[in-house]
Amino acid sequence: MSVKYETVMGLEVHVQLDTNSKMFTRVGTGFGKPPNTLTDPVVLGLPGALPVMNRDAIEKSIKVGLLLGCKIADVCKWDRKNYFYPDMPKNYQISQFDQPICEGGEVEIELPGETPAVMGEHRTVMLTRIHLEEDVGKLTHYERDSLVDYNRAGSPLLEIVSEPDLFTPDEVFAYLTSLRNSLVSAGISPCDMEKGQLRCDANVSIRPVGTTTLGTKVELKNLNTISGVKQGVEYEIRRQTKALENGEEIFQETRRWNPDEKRTTSMRSKEMAHDYRYFPDPDLMPVKIDPEWIERVEKELPEKPFDKQRRYMADMNVPYTATSALCGDRPLCEFFEQTAKLTKDPVKVANWVVNDLLRELSQAKRESEEEDGVSVEDCPVSPESLAELINLIEEGVVSNNVAKELFPEMFSAGKSARELVKEKGLEMKSDGDEIESLCAKAIEDDPDAAEKFKGGKEGAINALKGSVMKATRGQANPKIVDEILRRLLSN
Amino acid sequence: MDSSSLISKTATELSGELEVGTCKAEEIAQAYLEQIDRVDGKVHAFLHRDDEDFLAQARASDERRAKGETLGALDGIPVCLKDVISVEGQPLTAASKILKDYVSPYDATVTRKLKEAGAVIGGRLNLDEFAMGSSTENSAYGPTRNPWNLECVPGGSSGGSSAAVAAREAPLTLGSDTGGSIRQPASLCGVVGMKPTYGMVSRYGLAAFASSLDQIGPFSQTVEDAALLLETISGHDPLDSTSYPSEVPSYSQILKENSQPCALGLPKEFFGEGMDDEVRAAVEKAIEFYKSKGYEIVDLSLPTTDLSVPVYYVIATAEASSNLARYDGIRYTTRSEHAENAVDVYAKSRGEGFGEEVKRRCILGAYGLSSGYYDAYYLRAQKTRTLIRQDFDRAFEKVDAILTPTSPTPAFKFGEKSEDPISMYLSDVYTISTNLAGLPGLSVPCGFTQSGLPIGLQLIGKAFGEGKLLSVAHDYDREHQFGRQAPNLED
Repeated sequence: MSVKYETVMGLEVHVQLDTNSKMFTRVGTGFGKPPNTLTDPVVLGLPGALPVMNRDAIEKSIKVGLLLGCKIADVCKWDRKNYFYPDMPKNYQISQFDQPICEGGEVEIELPGETPAVMGEHRTVMLTRIHLEEDVGKLTHYERDSLVDYNRAGSPLLEIVSEPDLFTPDEVFAYLTSLRNSLVSAGISPCDMEKGQLRCDANVSIRPVGTTTLGTKVELKNLNTISGVKQGVEYEIRRQTKALENGEEIFQETRRWNPDEKRTTSMRSKEMAHDYRYFPDPDLMPVKIDPEWIERVEKELPEKPFDKQRRYMADMNVPYTATSALCGDRPLCEFFEQTAKLTKDPVKVANWVVNDLLRELSQAKRESEEEDGVSVEDCPVSPESLAELINLIEEGVVSNNVAKELFPEMFSAGKSARELVKEKGLEMKSDGDEIESLCAKAIEDDPDAAEKFKGGKEGAINALKGSVMKATRGQANPKIVDEILRRLLSN
Repeated sequence: MDSSSLISKTATELSGELEVGTCKAEEIAQAYLEQIDRVDGKVHAFLHRDDEDFLAQARASDERRAKGETLGALDGIPVCLKDVISVEGQPLTAASKILKDYVSPYDATVTRKLKEAGAVIGGRLNLDEFAMGSSTENSAYGPTRNPWNLECVPGGSSGGSSAAVAAREAPLTLGSDTGGSIRQPASLCGVVGMKPTYGMVSRYGLAAFASSLDQIGPFSQTVEDAALLLETISGHDPLDSTSYPSEVPSYSQILKENSQPCALGLPKEFFGEGMDDEVRAAVEKAIEFYKSKGYEIVDLSLPTTDLSVPVYYVIATAEASSNLARYDGIRYTTRSEHAENAVDVYAKSRGEGFGEEVKRRCILGAYGLSSGYYDAYYLRAQKTRTLIRQDFDRAFEKVDAILTPTSPTPAFKFGEKSEDPISMYLSDVYTISTNLAGLPGLSVPCGFTQSGLPIGLQLIGKAFGEGKLLSVAHDYDREHQFGRQAPNLED
């Protein structure tokens, strides 16, 4: 009988903190600037330059620790990780070795449900530690030369290390998605993997089912997208399983995921592992984190995405599918909540936000020439404006169909619903006399349908309604049309 | 005023002349340039001169004075810097081939403070490569000679700074002291040299040797001048996390007040074997002087003294191995022409660019930090460092300052110790523990040997007790003025 294997994985996630300046100097941070413009003597490691700690980087790290339920260190210190590589101007990276800023903690994840419309199972993934370090520069390799850009070097980077507590590629995917949603919604980082704001290494091992010791660990690098991470670990699990089934040995090594060839290749073995010669950085004092600081940060913590989702479902009756589209995006949630406050029906608002607003935003993003496109924060339609539109439907001023057509125009022209309705004369016609004469004309024009309806064929009334709506270019209030037609036909 | 009388003056005297208008800053600058022309061929204190810039600064000072906008006592006074302290637009070689073509794009904090005080910043002063050595024999650009005997070393590593003051090539200079690199050369050249408390003077812009030990400090003919220069460069610097946030008192003012005789400690470990007889005699004479002035002389013990040299060489080399990693041939440092691949660039650039002593210390330091050796060397050394500090704490419960010789011997001949690193290391045996404890220490000239070589007296004070320390030293210096004697450098 063949042995069955199970997978055990842990992730090391690097997140660039969204601070104004770099971790140890006043130079700004940013993506897409001309190479080597975000530099100064500290970033370039010039003789005599010294690091000075960025308070906001510490504060954001505390925030992450609190969000994820970690123990925040009373005192954390800085260590030098020594290695020669051109991405590090000093040839050492300032990091945290044995006293990380956060220890423990957990990430709540949601596994896929039976269908996308069904909520999946939730569980928590345990964290080992979170430490703060400086990011390194970016190397681009050419045939003969390599070029380095130090714009990224020295940006504050948080490394979130999970326990070996992930067992399937789906869990890995869910973990990264949940972590990203939490961090983005707390304003820690935009977590754009394409910009390197979130990067992930995966430790993958497999073992025979029923055993408790961990198998030999292989570290996967170059996992540049969330689905790339999933594909990479899927491949690696297959590779390791096959190797064990063939009686081969798994070597402790670092492997690189090649997204084009969809396979992993060996980068270096354990024997080639660096001795980083960690020691406390004598240029930096340890940082004492007093309880008042932690308390203050705790007060400013935003609601966690899953908590928000549960609240929307329980208190506002918003369906699961809409909440799952909303809750990963804090500005969108804020937009939703502000709009919902101004209307009577949060479910309708959720549907408008999730369907219409998101559609227009992504359309605008595609058409935008700017890198970041249009975000919900600078959306041309305000929550007040969307609420007005929804209330116009509610009040019977416009029909749902007209509203759906109006929304893209509100978005592109930046005009309010009421303005557009007025401008275009789109108010629903609720004038009884006018509609009554149109209804009478419809019956006259289509006696066949009228007879059928009178004869008990309920559906026949739709043809009559259709011609009234057509005559009013859709502006007749359907409720009133229905009432009048029925009255006229009952005579 | 003729130039030979100008260069014999102290900075305080020159400042007085400028104030009453008996000379101009440009004349002073000119007089020093002439003296450098006259004697530096023999002494070789300077690695680089920028006469035009030097004179332009002096003229700018004269213009300020003419408009009544003088910036203070140092306005118009030349100050020359050891070639590890950054000056914008000037070379910084650290006496190493690897920085042969490097020009600093920024000012060190001490440089900025000197400029703000109107000081006229002169040429770059020689040293042991990266401040590693006790004789300047390790300079890649040739040694500096002791102005009192050109066959002898000036001490080191700040040998250029001490020799320049002794040879009257500058009234004031700055050096750096990691294990005695200011006090030992001051002693060997017969001038005043002071290492402030760790954290008193910003290290920003000082090419680091050992970050937890390095301090910048002044050289001068008199204690009075040292006080003037020290108060100008001291104070908290937001660019150096290890600089101490304290108010800087006016040391010049303190020296004008009547001092109260206090208790001086004589640690028996500093008066044992290995001390030259003439050094012992001169120091004992100084002790007699203090007794005669009403000072209480207290015998005491610093039992960990013999551990200071080994502890120092573990800590200083460990930090140096990491601090010097940035000199790699990749960016601003000289790249080996023989490098054929990336690893070569590092290995050959550093192999060819660094001298023997620097390589020895980098290797020693990397070894002490290596996995498996860290606990036995680096960690143990740090613990012992705490014991050394505690020894001093206990001593300072009983006394206000500690009195010792600065160096066990007067200046030695070239080549005498350079083949034997251990004997060279032991020439710093009296100065090293001060750095390990972070305390202020100074060397004041206390006589000459029969053959005419200067002898130095070391005084060690309490942390941030520079005022008291200077005042004790001034009590002696005011009545002896050995630093005002100039060597004969005529043919």
